[in-house]
Amino acid sequence: MTLLGQFALWVAFLVGLWCVAIAFTGRWRDRPELAASVVRAVYAILGCLVVASLALWKGLISHDFNIEYVAAYTSRNLPPYYIFSAFWAGQKGSLLFWAVVLSIFASAAQLLTPRRYTHLMPYVAGVTSSVIVFFVSVMLFAANPFERLAYVPADGRGLNPQLQNVGMVIHPPMLYLGYISITIPFAFAMAALLSRRLDTGWIHAIRKWTLVSWLFLSIGITLGMWWAYVELGWGGYWAWDPVENASFLPWLTMTAFLHSVMIQEKRGMLKRWNFGLITGTFLLSIFGTFITRSGVIASVHSFTQSNVGYFFLAFLVVAAVLAYTLLHTRWALLEAEVRLESMLSREAAFLFNNLLLVGIAFSVLWGTLFPILSELVKGTKITVGPPFFNRVNVPLGLLLLGLTGVGPLIAWRKASAANLRRQFIVPVAAGGVTLVLLLVAGMRDFYAVVALALAGFVAGTIGQEFYRGIRARHRMHGESPVLAFARLIGRNRRRYGGYIVHAGILIYFVAFAGMAFRRQQEATLKPGESVEMQSPFGHRYRFTHMGISQYEALNRVVSAATVEVTKDGRRAGLMTSEKRQHVDSFKRPTFEPSTEVAIRSGLQEDVYMVFAGAVNGTEEAVYRFNLNPLVWWVWFGGLVLVFGGIITMWPGGGPVVAAPRRKQAGYQVELAGTGAE
Amino acid sequence: MPFAPIQTPLSRRAFLGSLAAIVPLGLGQQQDSLAGRGATGTLRDPTALGRSRQPTDTRENSAEIQAIELQLACNCGCTLDVFTCRTTDFSCTYSPALHREVLALRDQGKSAREILDAFVQKYGEKALMAPKPKGFNLWGYLLPGAAVATAGIALAAVLRRREAVQREPEVIPPVSASPDELDRLKAALTEVED
Repeated sequence: MTLLGQFALWVAFLVGLWCVAIAFTGRWRDRPELAASVVRAVYAILGCLVVASLALWKGLISHDFNIEYVAAYTSRNLPPYYIFSAFWAGQKGSLLFWAVVLSIFASAAQLLTPRRYTHLMPYVAGVTSSVIVFFVSVMLFAANPFERLAYVPADGRGLNPQLQNVGMVIHPPMLYLGYISITIPFAFAMAALLSRRLDTGWIHAIRKWTLVSWLFLSIGITLGMWWAYVELGWGGYWAWDPVENASFLPWLTMTAFLHSVMIQEKRGMLKRWNFGLITGTFLLSIFGTFITRSGVIASVHSFTQSNVGYFFLAFLVVAAVLAYTLLHTRWALLEAEVRLESMLSREAAFLFNNLLLVGIAFSVLWGTLFPILSELVKGTKITVGPPFFNRVNVPLGLLLLGLTGVGPLIAWRKASAANLRRQFIVPVAAGGVTLVLLLVAGMRDFYAVVALALAGFVAGTIGQEFYRGIRARHRMHGESPVLAFARLIGRNRRRYGGYIVHAGILIYFVAFAGMAFRRQQEATLKPGESVEMQSPFGHRYRFTHMGISQYEALNRVVSAATVEVTKDGRRAGLMTSEKRQHVDSFKRPTFEPSTEVAIRSGLQEDVYMVFAGAVNGTEEAVYRFNLNPLVWWVWFGGLVLVFGGIITMWPGGGPVVAAPRRKQAGYQVELAGTGAE
Repeated sequence: MPFAPIQTPLSRRAFLGSLAAIVPLGLGQQQDSLAGRGATGTLRDPTALGRSRQPTDTRENSAEIQAIELQLACNCGCTLDVFTCRTTDFSCTYSPALHREVLALRDQGKSAREILDAFVQKYGEKALMAPKPKGFNLWGYLLPGAAVATAGIALAAVLRRREAVQREPEVIPPVSASPDELDRLKAALTEVED
């Protein structure tokens, strides 16, 4: 099967080259059969990469340890679902995964894009195929997943214990889907530039793709936080690690794009900016891949250091130069149709929102690269950890949170003083009341207080928007509040889905603020001994060490330490944290012992327990206990955000329906009649 | 013919195999578990837990020590601070050693600031989780905020200038509509407006 896989990669490479050559020379414009050939090549590449993927999976499932990748990432006693996920657990397999998923997206783009964009599709095929060819060439020339060993090991090394977690079965694919799908909007943008069809057509064509990509990135990042929280054992979910940052960067610029593209759709402004943003987002996705795979910056999440980093660096530079040069050549064609009229307009609010999002992206990128810069300039190594990122990014993040509440309150074009008063009074009051309550409650952490007060303001904005919409429907159609609420969302999914996304973001911020109050303590306990901690919410926890038991599981020897927990004097239950020594099928240890944390999650706080080890081979155990406030809300915020995102991208109910209705209602007549909104 | 269970002779190898299956690993190293009774039993297989731990006392877990160690970077390549690493990555030998250094310096009566300075002197600036905000490092701290502020001010200035030179808005002739009609229109717009 490896020969077949290898052969399939070569065929994909050659077909990809054909597709790229024909697409970019433009010969297809006069010859429909060539245009059809370009599009068919996309499907052919998909076929080849599916064959290569099946060949690798076959090797993994059949324990063909002669394949270096199979021997490095699986063992005979690895549970089947981890054998399945081993496909993307290592450098080489994940490159193939990337290529095949991009190929699926590229084919879906060709299949699903409406016919009115036919003029763009050969170029889209060319761009997507260029990226696929790059990934296939990295596999063929630097990191071949089908590379064979000179011998056949009796068993493989097995999967890194930290990857043996259900989160790792779904988190990397989600993140990859996000990263990879960015290529499609980028391809449409390049196609629009190449074809000089620079109206809003390309933006309509990519709307769903952009949302899909943003949604996958959001899910991937949230799942990554969850995985870090439950598996890495350090007690938090975000450490500003370079690889975490690398996933955050395209999310930020993509979020900026999702906002600024609305201005282009509605007002014909920011065309150049939007091309720049989507190109930047694509390049940041490649940059993230470079960071993860090059080993240029130390990270707990990186793949093993290898020479593929040079390939990615070269690709990054070439793609950046070509894309921005192309944009430069079309600069004159991208003049804005109208000019921004007022500082007090939704357009201006969106512009400032974009400024902040891109500013935060720059700040994160700057912090990620600052150790390298510092070494270049000063010759000394420095560490840039969470204290640096928090100090630089938290103020910017809070400004952004504030703008999340401001944007929806300001009218398009120009807001009047009366409009501002009417719109802001409730949200400002909500923020003010929250602030007062927090101060009365004795909260003094500056950033946490500001974050929660701003959260109150944003909640006021969202609540007001929903309330007014429901009230309007109730008045017009006599609908009950529940029906009006459902129809309000259903009839204008984009707007109200967006508000739900904002609610998700708001919940994230509240949860992040909670971590400012976390408590942690290390304790050494003999069986029967206890330690007490008080949570920020005032609950008293008592942890009593019950003992350590040892037993064998499928591919590991488990040492489980159990603690009885009481909360405010009442028994809350048992918590068991484990240390696992993974072994291969011959009972030989494969990795250093790993730790499985124990978590009791609640709406107020999580009790997080780590069994650090035993003292001198006895049952005397060393633990770390964390009381982490509001963590549950991070996951809930993620769910709300994804729910809102799905509503936003659900077919129908969008501007296509809204536009004619607005015309019918006599938008301009109303403007003149009331002189305001 | 009455039904009789099939008797198969058990080979010596099969017998030993089945015996091995019911006897836990490490015969002779049975766990002496007295869980919950205050005594400390010995573990059957201590090697399965990795490096043996030393008991920690209240002093080394004090908030003061924790606060110092949260500012010090572990140099094992984990990207974590000393406190988090030593209580998370139990195979790391660097963070426990750095922890002992912190305790030793504290025992010498050094303040938190002096301990951090001593680490910087010994290991260089990379010993800190965040570089000191001085010299070239100031760029690190100030550039993102300054860039955003400058761009924001520039953007605001451009918008203000445009506002100032804005032509009179196009006059749209008013229409005759009753207040009720305008109310309905407003409600409709609230519903459909993006």
